[in-house]
Amino acid sequence: MSSFLDIVLRAMFVENLALVFLLGMCTYLAVSRKVETALGLGLAVIAVQTITVPINNLVYQMLLAPGAMAWAGLGEIDLSFMKFVTFICVIAASVQILDLLLERYAPVLHRALGIYLPLLTVNCAILGGSLLMVQRHYSFVESLAFGLGSGAGWALAIIIFAALRERLRLCDAPGGMDGLGLAFVVTGFLALGFMGLSGLVS
Amino acid sequence: MNFFKYLSDPLINENPVMVQILGLCSALAVSRSMEPALIMAMSVIAVLVFSNVVISLLRSVIPRSIRLILEVIIIASAVIVVDELIKTFAVEVSEYLSVFVGLIITNCIILGRAEAFALGHGPLDSFADALGNGLGYAFVILIVSAARELLGAGSLFNVNLLPLLEDGGWYRPNQLMLYAPSAFFLIGFLIWGVRSMHIFQVNKSTHRLPRHL
Repeated sequence: MSSFLDIVLRAMFVENLALVFLLGMCTYLAVSRKVETALGLGLAVIAVQTITVPINNLVYQMLLAPGAMAWAGLGEIDLSFMKFVTFICVIAASVQILDLLLERYAPVLHRALGIYLPLLTVNCAILGGSLLMVQRHYSFVESLAFGLGSGAGWALAIIIFAALRERLRLCDAPGGMDGLGLAFVVTGFLALGFMGLSGLVS
Repeated sequence: MNFFKYLSDPLINENPVMVQILGLCSALAVSRSMEPALIMAMSVIAVLVFSNVVISLLRSVIPRSIRLILEVIIIASAVIVVDELIKTFAVEVSEYLSVFVGLIITNCIILGRAEAFALGHGPLDSFADALGNGLGYAFVILIVSAARELLGAGSLFNVNLLPLLEDGGWYRPNQLMLYAPSAFFLIGFLIWGVRSMHIFQVNKSTHRLPRHL
């Protein structure tokens, strides 16, 4: 059980997807002007990441990994090169299903997430999470922990950043620096701060 | 005539990274030293040119409702080929690039150009646009990685230029340049420079910058 918590904390703070692996930056910069929308997007990322990483883990272990098809008598087949196409299709499908389910059973949440949910299909934090899971040979339970932790870490990063950015609007920056340039520099400082957490999990 | 305009515009004025703010993840993450950055830039150019031309050729047969999934599959096929090539011919770099080659699939420059350009233009123009945007991306990633490698390790392409303190020279490498935050600072300052240039341009009305970003 402690290793479950270990992986969650590590993925959330030490190896934060947004600030250490620099994944999902486009969405991170585009959808962080208000804390409210950042919160919605953060929730969507947690949900999608926690669902897709374990599903992709199962798909990889059952179908794609070298020798994974042994259960069908096809032990010598190695389909791991198909992981990009397969993962992106699994992600697109799960996002679509989640979208439909939320629309039917949780219309309030669905409205809060708005257009951000479908956009997550092309968010590199989501695909990156699945690819990192393969690279690290996580088991099913570990991948569940990794999905949850990395999603929560990304959400944490964007919510902090959106809060900072709401304050930044009031400050008087030099012409070309105003807006995006400043956003980058602030993210840099935030990333520096997260580097300080690197000793959190041994 | 348009060919060269499509080719040259994205280099600086409409630069995908600094002005359109697309494809940031890999530009930030693989810019620690020049060799992987160059290979990454070449991969992105290859995938971008391939997908833009193919999507432009297929633009009249792709049904609108399922175009996104088709585009993603075309891009993903190109990425698989590039990934296998890198794994074969540049083993060390492929370990360093790790997941980032696969993440070219979700690089927004590629899907963005397919949606915004290739679906509405012929294959030759799409080729020019893809090449221009690819070179614009390469330009930024090479500048950033040159700065990071030079200041962080005193070398370019693994060739030592500034004699390091530990080898009896005078240069003490700036360790910060090897970590993620420095990429944010450098790209932030690059954006500052490019946007200041835009602001002081006489011909202001032709460019409307996305100020809200």
